[in-house]
Amino acid sequence: MKLTVWTYEGPPHVGAMRIATGMEGVHYVLHAPQGDTYADLLFTMIERRDARPPVTYTTFQARDLGSDTADLFQSAARDAYERFQPNAMIVGASCTAELIQDDPGGLAQALDLPCPVIPLELPSYSKKENWGAAETFYQMVRRLAMPRSDNLPDGPSCNILGPTALGFRHRDDIREIVGLIERMGIRVNIVAPMGATPQDLNRIADADFNVVLYPEIADTTARWLERQFGQKRTSVIPIGVGATIDFVREVADFAGLDAEAFLADERSNMSWWSRSIDSNYLTGKRVFVFGDATHAVAMARVARDEMGFEVVGLGCYNREFARELRAAAKEYGLEPLITDDYLEVEAAIEALQPEMVLGTQMERHIAKRLGMPCAVISAPVHVQDFPARYSPMMGFEGAAVLFDTLVHPLVMGLEEHLLHMFREDFEFHDEAGPSHLGHGTKVRTVDDETIEITIEETGGWTGDAERELKKIPFFVRGKARRNTEKYAAEKGLSAITVETLYDAKAHFSR
Amino acid sequence: MNDLSPNALATGLGAGCTDAPVLRERGQREVFCGLTGIMWLHRKIQDAFFLIVGSRTCAHLMQSAAGVMIFAEPRFATAVMEEKDLAGMVDAHDELDATVERLLARRPDIKMLFLVGSCPSEVIKLDLSRAAERLSTVYHPDVRVLNYSGSGIETTFTQGEDACLASLVPELPELDTDEPSLLIAGTLADVVEDQFARLLDELGVGPVRFLPPRRSDDLPSVGPSTKLLLAQPFLGDTARALTERGAQMLSAPYPLGAEGTTDWLKVAADAFGVTDEHFDNVTRPGRERAAKALAPHREKLDGKSAFFFPDSQMEPSLARMLHHECGMDIIEVGTPYLHKGLVHEELAQLPIGTTISEGQDVDLQLDRVREARPDITVCGLGLANPLEAEGLTTKWAIELVFTPIQGYDQAGDLAALFTRPMNRQTRLKI
Ligand code: SF4
Repeated sequence: MKLTVWTYEGPPHVGAMRIATGMEGVHYVLHAPQGDTYADLLFTMIERRDARPPVTYTTFQARDLGSDTADLFQSAARDAYERFQPNAMIVGASCTAELIQDDPGGLAQALDLPCPVIPLELPSYSKKENWGAAETFYQMVRRLAMPRSDNLPDGPSCNILGPTALGFRHRDDIREIVGLIERMGIRVNIVAPMGATPQDLNRIADADFNVVLYPEIADTTARWLERQFGQKRTSVIPIGVGATIDFVREVADFAGLDAEAFLADERSNMSWWSRSIDSNYLTGKRVFVFGDATHAVAMARVARDEMGFEVVGLGCYNREFARELRAAAKEYGLEPLITDDYLEVEAAIEALQPEMVLGTQMERHIAKRLGMPCAVISAPVHVQDFPARYSPMMGFEGAAVLFDTLVHPLVMGLEEHLLHMFREDFEFHDEAGPSHLGHGTKVRTVDDETIEITIEETGGWTGDAERELKKIPFFVRGKARRNTEKYAAEKGLSAITVETLYDAKAHFSR
Repeated sequence: MNDLSPNALATGLGAGCTDAPVLRERGQREVFCGLTGIMWLHRKIQDAFFLIVGSRTCAHLMQSAAGVMIFAEPRFATAVMEEKDLAGMVDAHDELDATVERLLARRPDIKMLFLVGSCPSEVIKLDLSRAAERLSTVYHPDVRVLNYSGSGIETTFTQGEDACLASLVPELPELDTDEPSLLIAGTLADVVEDQFARLLDELGVGPVRFLPPRRSDDLPSVGPSTKLLLAQPFLGDTARALTERGAQMLSAPYPLGAEGTTDWLKVAADAFGVTDEHFDNVTRPGRERAAKALAPHREKLDGKSAFFFPDSQMEPSLARMLHHECGMDIIEVGTPYLHKGLVHEELAQLPIGTTISEGQDVDLQLDRVREARPDITVCGLGLANPLEAEGLTTKWAIELVFTPIQGYDQAGDLAALFTRPMNRQTRLKI
């Protein structure tokens, strides 16, 4: 048993729902109790979809157990076919139905429905949402893919794999990347799962290669396609300017095109915005990055190479991609944090005292509690992650969106200086956040309790030093405290005075 | 029939829908499970913690159901069962004990712990009452450990509160006096509870106690001199458990709308021998304020039609209020479970011909609502946007559970929940 307050991922059948809901002409019959229908609201409320997810739940009750849950499943599947006339059906069990072992796959097969029926085995007690989505997509492609057609248009072509319903910025990423690829002169055969029909999956082998945008969803499938049809798969995730350039080169290489000629005409505002003098204040900001492995790794590169930040922490919640994250952490000289326990992430952030957090909605909350700026860069999603405006994360436009996203929560350049200079201005109190975020933004400081504990632990801040520390603006105070204490510990000082504070400042100046 | 409602008699509706045939459906249900009640219960009882023994699905439900993640550290969590718990590789009871130990170490402020059963824990027959007993002994006297089931195979949405309160009943001290007292059962917003306490005090009804209490060490006593008045229509098991402890149940409509509130208070007043004149005097300011607050809404709702999908079991009461106090036509009253004994006062006031449906077959019900094209459809979060996209105006049912709507001073707010979506439709020009 694992004590859980908030979770980064839902159960695996929610992953299957993300595939079914993203696709067209697919229906999912899920053996599940009534309460599991809550999952519909993820799509209709968070993503604001204007149609119900194509899911029929059997909603068996206690009184059905042991007698006719299997019949219930069959009649639900039959009715769902009649009503929705899908081109393909997926069937499976949620956590409770898994325990009663009705075998939805076999039961559905026995109905002999006039459409392909794909059974899913998604172990609810060991796997999670992303895995469920990946497995569902894989099973569907395995079942529906047909041999490559002989009669194809000339010129290079690819599939774009990975986007789903409820994906973080998937809607806009696809538009951006399809545009990029088409400008390169490559035909997009299919985009899947989101937007694809079962018939589209039939012709997945017609492309020359696969663009894997979201490995969490599409990696399993792309590897199988590579083995089965010899389609190469991309490895670069086009998040940030540098990665997008690398991505273009990789894709051009697969397609036999000249990347440099193409890149000469492509621009992202991000490059200049980041070089412009106003962005100087971003230099060396200490950031903590956490999300799904793909987004976290990609964002660490953007943070370091394109924003000029210093990455002080890097982690992900999906163990399936721990290897990729470990490799990246090594490159940054960091200890990787791989956990789906939100309290552990909170503890790590608290200990590191970064100046900014790039994370998920969980970290946004943690950062809010700790009074740190935060930008959301990865699923799990929240209604705010589906903005009305076009906001991709990928490609050259995505990089520009990222620049804005990362700068927005921060205290702006000159404002930061004024805060340093006139600490005692009553309007610069610790509760005041960046002025452009309005007066509603409350920022909590290290509370008194923490201060007292620290005093005991470190042998003591003198009253003067403590007062001097408070003159340092809240958004760097945590770092100053940490550095000073580290310095005092190294020097074996028993008391921290104003002198120690400034000695430490000089020691750590960079 | 024990119809205490002057209103039902005055309008000549007599038995209304009490004996009307009920459309019983057994198809796909699009409703929450009883775990969802923890959303409000964990805020109501301030020193209680709710530990769901369940799956990742249960944890995900709790995180998603409120629409957003409510991030003030909640007093609930899920002990997510893993493969090794199911395969018998570990003793689930030992695991649970360890989980509780960790939890209570983190939250020393907790005085009452509910172990809440889920579908998976019920299916594998994990005996939480045994666990609760064992843990109660371990943590006595600091923490009381109770258990109930909020599983989706046994409970729908508000039935979770019923199960929770029913589990509290054996804990209530014995009332050792013959002097009558009033026990009001069912979670109300604190502000509403305070209003009712003031009104009842002015009426001379009392002593008055509420279940659930705001703190676990403040449990009301119960005994044969207790008169029980339900504030919520979904408390069948709680009512039964309380009457088994001797409480005498008062039958009333529920305090939604001005008339509903008057009728409800009147039942309590009569049970305590309050004169009509005194009752009139005490309730007059409230009635007048409510009438004033309702008037502009009635203007907008009069003659409009409403359709209820099943959600909280409050549907018959809400329909009665919208029909009587706002002049609305009610097309269908869907409810997950129709406890006729608890809502017959409400059914009696619904016009003959109203469709009353129990259970659900969501696809068939969607066919009916598309056919009927009501002016407002009250439904769950999974259905609201899709129906809006089809051109129907909707009201999220869950808001009716999460908003203070009972009592005189909330009657206008209750009506406003229905006028706002309509108002929006008329404003928008896009
Ligand atoms: S219906 Fe059952 S399994 Fe689903 S969330 Fe509710 S208790 Fe958990």
